[in-house]
Order: sequence, then structure tokens, then C-alpha cells
Amino acid sequence: MAAGGDFDGAPLATPEIARGTWLVVPLFNEAPVIREVIEHTRRTFPNVVCVDDGSSDGSADEARAGGAHVVQHAVNLGQGAALQTGIRYALQDPGARWIVTFDADGQHRTEDALRMVERLRAEPLDIVIGSRFLDGRTKPGLAKRLVLRAAVIFQRVTSGVRLTDAHNGLRAMTREAAGRIRITQNRMAHASEIVDQLGELELRYAEEPVHVIYTDYSRSKGQSLWNSVNILSELIFK
Amino acid sequence: MDTGKIVIQIILIIGLAVPAVILVLPTKGARGLAIRRLTMLAALVVGIIAVIFPSLANAVANAVGVGRGADLLLYGLIIVFIGYGLSTSAHLRRVDRQISELTRELAIAEAKPPAPSSTGVEER
Repeated sequence: MAAGGDFDGAPLATPEIARGTWLVVPLFNEAPVIREVIEHTRRTFPNVVCVDDGSSDGSADEARAGGAHVVQHAVNLGQGAALQTGIRYALQDPGARWIVTFDADGQHRTEDALRMVERLRAEPLDIVIGSRFLDGRTKPGLAKRLVLRAAVIFQRVTSGVRLTDAHNGLRAMTREAAGRIRITQNRMAHASEIVDQLGELELRYAEEPVHVIYTDYSRSKGQSLWNSVNILSELIFK
Repeated sequence: MDTGKIVIQIILIIGLAVPAVILVLPTKGARGLAIRRLTMLAALVVGIIAVIFPSLANAVANAVGVGRGADLLLYGLIIVFIGYGLSTSAHLRRVDRQISELTRELAIAEAKPPAPSSTGVEER
């Protein structure tokens, strides 16, 4: 039963899932929050690898203090590159059966991640992608909603993959799927790249409703709408 | 004279379209390099000829429907500049990718190999 939880609400995973799951957390200048995020998620998922993408604020030490494995890029490469590095690292553990990509800023909830891994275990799926729009809990602003909507339509046309949320950073995949996906887009376009590869590799995918917590902290750091222009140009000029 | 204008328009459009096609279909290895070198060589030879026979630029300009030789040179410069920009950015993207690979290998080589954490989990 995943319904149980400890004193402040961290859901408990079965030993099989706790042992077999690796959380991959791209980390860039999140020192104020990363330790708490790691400590919290490790109550559910003890195996966490933080890929410090050339942070200048001591994020790596904070992550280590929180109990994460830390891999450090010598220079800042971008979130996509950090994800690929983290996946490569986690797959070195032969016991890694599921890989979860998880944001460092505390937007994602461990109970959502746990439900996604449980689906991978129970259902014939290669990857489960979080979606903010399968239920009404997440409330982004109007402009953000419009841009994300446009991204979804663009994605449907270019990759043939039908998702309701084009740029959700919470994903769970099997070891096999993680080994086949190659993220080459270093910056933000990697989200679309992963979806493109779902189509190309004919992976079995499903969406799981997740709740994204837009805290003031994450909002202040979050993707500005200008970024959607950058994402588009990164995708077109490969 | 209007038909003359079409000539220069066609030349300029081709001049802009070719680098675009090269950008979309990246030519690999020796062929791409050879094409780049031949283009460079041709440009230098044309430059030398233009210096020796300044009036030639005007004559060619008139033949393709451009008023002055100086305008023709400007158009040529624009095309070369755009082509240079595109090929340089393609090159930079390749280098970026290599730096990513290097950085990744280095990061993984330097990190402690992953041993599963045992917090809250029974060891087998």
C-alpha cells in the first residue's frame, strides 16, 4: 500500500520500489531549497542523484548534505544535458529498474512520482509522463496556459504523440526506456525532444495527473514565456 | 531592363537558398570541407580579378541587371556573410555537443559510482 505516510506526509514506497527507483534531479543554483527537497523525497525514494550543472552557489554541498549522490558538470550545459548525465549515472547501478526525472525547486510531489512508478510496475508501459491538465488542481496563469496549449498542438503535429502537457519535468521510465532515450538538446528543448523520441522509439507511454506547486520561489525562477521562443528555435535549428 | 533585374534576383535567391539547404542537410566530412574550401578559393580568385579589372565589376553588374559594380559587391558580401554565419553556427553546435559529451564523461568519471542508499529500505 502506498497510501501510508510518515509524520509529515511523505508517502512510503514498497521496498521493491524504494530500492529499484532512482530520482534524477538536475540542479542549477537551487541552494536555498535543494537540501529540504532532497531530504523530503529521500523518505520515499532513497536513491537520488543530483546533477549539479555548474552551480555557483553551493548547491552541490547542500544536495550532498541532504543525502543525494552528486555528479558535477564542470561547466553549465543546461537542463537537458544534466538529465542525460543523471540517467547515465543511475543506470550504472544494475539494481536501477525505474528512473524518475524530478525538479530541484520543490515543484513536484513525491506522491505523484510514486504513483507513476507504481503504474510502470503494474502496467505494460515504458514511460509515464506527468500532466498538469488532466485535472483542475494546477492553476497556471492565462498566458502560460495559452503557450503550453500551443506547445501541445505543435508537438502533436511534429511527433504524433498525444499528450496534454508538453513540458512537464516529472517523468518516470523503465530502465530499458531510459537507456534508449538520448537527450541531445542541452537547454530547454529537451522536453520536446523526449516526446519526439517516444514517437520514434515507439515507446508505450501514458499520462498521470500531477499537481505542480507554483511556489513564489519556483515562480521567480520559472520559465518565462520568452523561453518558448528559445525552445522553438532550438527545435527548428537542430 | 526588367528582365535583367530578374537575373540578379535569381542569383541572390540561389545564393541565399544554397546555404539554407546546406544547413538543413548537413554534408558530412570530406565533401563539406572540400566544398567550403573551393568556395573560399573561388571567392578569392573573383576578388583578385575584380582588383585587376575594376571596370569588370560594373560590366558584370550591368549584365545581370544591377546598376553599379559596388552594389553587386555589396550583394555578394551579404550572401557571403549570411553563409558564413550559418556555417559558423552549425560548427558551434557540433562543438557544443562535443563539450557536452566531454563534460558528461568527466562528471561521471569523477563521481563516486552509484551504490544504492539503504535509508528506510531493508538490505537484501
